[in-house]
Parts: sequence; structure tokens; C-alpha cells
Amino acid sequence: MAENVAEFDLIIEPGRSERNYWNDIWRFRELFFFMAWRDILVRYKQTAIGLAWSIIRPVLTMLVFTIVFGRLAKLPSEGVPYPILVFSALLPWQFFSTSFTDASNSLISNSNMLTKIYFPRLIIPVSTVIVNLLDFLISFVILLCLMLWYHFSPSINILFLPFFIFLTMLTVFGTGLYVAALNVKYRDFKYIVPFVVQFGLYICPVGFSSNVVPEKWKLLYSLNPLVGIIDGFRWCILGGNNQIYLPGMFLSIGIVVLLLIFGIRYFRKVEKKFADII
Amino acid sequence: MAIAIKVENVCKSYQITHKEERDVSFRETIIKNITEGFNKTKNLANRNSLLPAKKEEFKALQNLSFEVRQGERVGIIGRNGAGKSTLLKLLSRITEPTSGRISTKGRIASLLEVGTGFHPELTGRENIFLNGTILGMRRAEIKRKFDEIVSFAEIGKFLDTPVKRYSSGMYVRLAFAVAANLESEILVVDEVLAVGDDNFQRKCLGKMQQVSSEEGRTVLFVSHNMAAITKLCNKGILLNKGKVEVNSTIENVVDNYISTNFQNDLFILDENNDKEVYFQKIFLSRNSETPTNTFAFSDDIFCTFDIDSKEVIKDATLTFIIRDRNLSPLFSDHKPLSNYKGRLIAVIPKKILLPGKYYIQSMLHVPNVRFLDNNEDYINFTIEETGSKNSIYNTDLGFVNIPVLWQ
Repeated sequence: MAENVAEFDLIIEPGRSERNYWNDIWRFRELFFFMAWRDILVRYKQTAIGLAWSIIRPVLTMLVFTIVFGRLAKLPSEGVPYPILVFSALLPWQFFSTSFTDASNSLISNSNMLTKIYFPRLIIPVSTVIVNLLDFLISFVILLCLMLWYHFSPSINILFLPFFIFLTMLTVFGTGLYVAALNVKYRDFKYIVPFVVQFGLYICPVGFSSNVVPEKWKLLYSLNPLVGIIDGFRWCILGGNNQIYLPGMFLSIGIVVLLLIFGIRYFRKVEKKFADII
Repeated sequence: MAIAIKVENVCKSYQITHKEERDVSFRETIIKNITEGFNKTKNLANRNSLLPAKKEEFKALQNLSFEVRQGERVGIIGRNGAGKSTLLKLLSRITEPTSGRISTKGRIASLLEVGTGFHPELTGRENIFLNGTILGMRRAEIKRKFDEIVSFAEIGKFLDTPVKRYSSGMYVRLAFAVAANLESEILVVDEVLAVGDDNFQRKCLGKMQQVSSEEGRTVLFVSHNMAAITKLCNKGILLNKGKVEVNSTIENVVDNYISTNFQNDLFILDENNDKEVYFQKIFLSRNSETPTNTFAFSDDIFCTFDIDSKEVIKDATLTFIIRDRNLSPLFSDHKPLSNYKGRLIAVIPKKILLPGKYYIQSMLHVPNVRFLDNNEDYINFTIEETGSKNSIYNTDLGFVNIPVLWQ
């Protein structure tokens, strides 16, 4: 019997899965949604107040920051109520920090799947971001309530908000993929990630406006992509008084794109070996 | 019949490091890279001085080639480390081969573990959908098969209970039910039947037989349970050290496996053993002197264990297991060591084992902690029919003779 390759519909050989990568991702799209759905379902199971946690965390952080930075340190508030100033930055920050943490740990916590089932590994870290997007939307509703309370109306800039949400997601993907892949081999990142996140809260202009930073340091400060994102969020939500610092913004966007490219490339380079080394 | 799986010259090797068995830490890699880069630029000869780790290639599979035709049920047999699991991992695309090619026709469903991706907090219903998707089913397909899955799993009213409250039996049943109802042309199963009770194992075997013979699906089945594998499969592949040793009918392969691996009637392990406590010699006899492997029903069986040791290990225990012809355990006994050098003799009283073929496996271990000497070579022995109560019957009446009291 003379079989040729065309009669088979799956060929397994070195380097083959590499070529069908993006096809495979499309074929496994349902898995992606189910993973996200699972994480959403599981997140608040067996918690007494469930979804309320998504509200309590940002609200308490905002209160503390308002009191510490606004009342005690008396930092400038750019002419908007300090709680709104803080909250408009907390939105992207919390979205970033929780998704980054979850994405970094996602491969390790699903290690049994990695060693028993084939699917494009990219699905796991990426799907964790979806859950946090839900939390983000809940926080956004809180922000709307805050604005109603203070009779604060957003400017037309708010139409650009989806762009900055997207930019935040890209930042999470770039950094999260890189760290998730590193975490498989070097468990050191289990300790590095919480530290970075804790540290980042004070480095990023969450509790204060980035205008506090002296002009000559601004470009350097924008090397941190979160600075550009947070400024963008404030510009969208608070409007006119918050002029965007354009060179910094472009620098931040450039860094996000670089992170994303290197993150995906590194992830794809090492993902074939995940099952062997995890 | 068309070919469903074609494996050509497949090799898979792993890098194993001979330094210390621990995770590489990030610091080490950084230091290594820095020092290596540093040394390179200074062109120093003494590289690797920091990390004298020897890397060795371990070949899990070497030039493996075979073909499986559509509708065949192939049992894959081999000792631990023969490459069975690696082969299944390659087929399920979890890792890639180092070289060679595998071509398959039809969708492959691989069941390397029951309940992969099951989440304990989710209910049975939710897990059916999640696990189905993980195994590669479409949502519509799961919906169509849903009732069948639930009835096969016999979980009925617990459908909306989180699976963490399931008994382990229910858990396994549900997991297998999802996988078994997958519409795939090729089913790859690894040792899943080792879990679950007898009833369930029979049910799974039945289901696998059904999908293969009625629906013409191809099944690849790895197991250590020779009884199950002979019952389910019609072809077999015996792997040894990463190579195909025999590829034939299942009866031939099982016979070959058992006779090459479990035929020693007497064995002596070499004196320069690096184990702390080990068997020097194990043999069976009628009178504790002449080794033999044939006994009459009315013979006492003397199992002699000569033990030697380099040091005294606390709580070291000798355990032996008597296994039936399919290697299923019948009974076992244990003896904590009091003397670490010398001879121990266990006598299995006459008229306990019914005529037939048996194996004895013996090990030295610290119970539930670690193995000191666990030999995979079993000694086989035969009890001849010399007048047991079953001698007048033709049917299979079990293995053990118990003095039953009638009133």
C-alpha cells in the first residue's frame, strides 16, 4: 500500500507545531473562553460576600491614598476631587497588577494541564486577563458612582478610553508572557512578582499626579509604560486640566510594543519545552 | 484497512544534568552567563569552572517505527522507563520528537490522566463542559453527548454539586465518561484503569471495546494490567529501552513480556551493590535448600531471602507479594528486619494456593517512606494439580483455597 503524506491529517515532527501555531490558536478558541469562564466562576466560589470583593479592594485603597497623599501630604489635585484623581489611576493600575500577577502564575498553577494535554500554551496566560477585565469593569462602575457623587462630568476625551484599556492589556501580555515563561524554569519569579507589584504602586503615579515629577525627569519617568497609561486614563477621565505629555506618551507606547514583541517571541521559543521542565 | 498511525524513526532525548538534583535558579543562570561572557571576552581557558555540571543525553525513544491500522486496539507494554509514556506524550503532541515523524489520520483524543483540568470548586455539570473543551470537543458536541455522559458516569443527582464533594469513584467515573464520549477516530489511553473499583474498570473496558469494535475507532492502550490489556487489545507492541522489541498479536506480546521479564527461578544480585540494604539472593524451595519453581498442591513453599547491608536503616521492612498469572496481587506479607545480614525464610503453608501459575515480588523498604531495594524481576512458580478440591472441575475457580466451614 502506498500512502503519501497527504492522506494523513496530522503530522508530528520537530518544528511542525511551530508552523501551525496561529491556526491552532484559532482552533482552540473555545478553550480560551472556557478557561476564562472557569476562572470567573471559580474566583469567588466559597467566599462569603463574593463579588463585593471587587468593590471593597479598590474603594479601600482609594480611601487610604486620598487620606495619605491628598490630606496629609497635601499633594496638588489638578483641580479635581482627590478621590477621583486617585481612582482614575487605580483603575489601570489594579487591572495591570492583578492580571500581571495572575498571568505570571498561570502556567504553574495549570501545570497538570501542560503535562497532559496539548493546546497552544499562549491560551492560559492570555485567558487570565479576561477575568481581571471583568473586575476592571466593576471598578469602572464605582468610578461612575464617584463622579455622580461629586457632580463631576467627564470630558469628551473619554471616547479615547478604550484605546488606553487596550494598551494596558498589551502591557499585561508583554510582561505577563515573559514572566510566565520564565516562571516555568525559574521559580524565583514567584517571589519577584509580588515584590515588583508592591513596589510599582509607589513608582507609578497612582496616589499622586505625574505633574509632581519635575519636568527634566519626565521623559525618564515615562520609560515606565504604566506612567503613559495612567496619564492617558487621567486625560480621558479628568479632561482638560490634565494635559498629556506627548513625548512621554509615545515613549511609553513604544516600550509597550517592544515588550509585547519580545514577550511573545520568548514565550514561543520556550513553550515547546514547558511540558519537559515544569 | 487504512493506516491510522504511522511512526517513522522517532527519537526523543532529554538532557539530564548530573550535578545536583535541584531546580536551576535564576541567579545561577545569570552568574553562568556573566562568567561565560566574561571568560569569552578574556579568552580564558578555564570556563565552566563555576558550574561543572555534566550534561548527558538520555534517549527515551530510539528510532521507533511502527504502524497501526484503523480499528486496531493496540496494547503497549514495557517496563517502567521503556518509553511508553514518552510515546503517548508525543502522540498527544505534549512534547515534540527530537527527530523522526509521526503521521496520523483522524482526530486523536488522549486520556493520559482522568480529569485533567477538572476544577474541584466547579460542579459536575460545569466540569463536563470544561473538561470536554480541554479534550478538544466543541460545545455543541458536548451538549449533544451530555445525557450520555451523565448516565455513564452514574452521578445523577450530584450533577450540580462541586466535584470536591464527590467520592473518588464518582470523580473518576465522571472524568472517564467525558473522555469516552469524545468523538475521535483515535483514542489514546494511559493506565487510567488503575483507578476506580472493579465494577468501573469492567465498565470502562467494555466501553473501550465498544467504541473500537462497533464504531471502528483505533485504540492505543498502555497498562501494566495484563488481564485488562489481553481482554481489550488485539495487537500489542512491546517496548524495551526505547525500542520496539516485539510487534505482534497481543497474546504473543504478553507471553513474550512475561517470559522475558519474570522467568528467573533464582537470582543473585551482584555483591557490589550500591544500595544500603539489598537482596543478595532470593529463591523458592520445598525444603529451604534446593531452589525450584514447581510445587505440588500439598507442598509447603519456602521463600528464602538472603539479605546484606552496608548500614543499619531504621524501620527497614521486607515485603513480598504473591501475584496471579495476570500479575494482579493476591496477598502479601511483611517482616520488619531485625538482622541486617543473613537469611529470612517465609513459609507459605501447603494447600493455600490453588494449582496455577504465580509470581512472587519482593522488596525492601522503609514503609511509606522509601524503597531500599525494589526489584522488578519477579520469580515465577507453578503449583501442579495434585489433588485439589477443584481438580474435577474445568472452569476457573480462583486462586486461593480457604478452609470453609459448612453448617
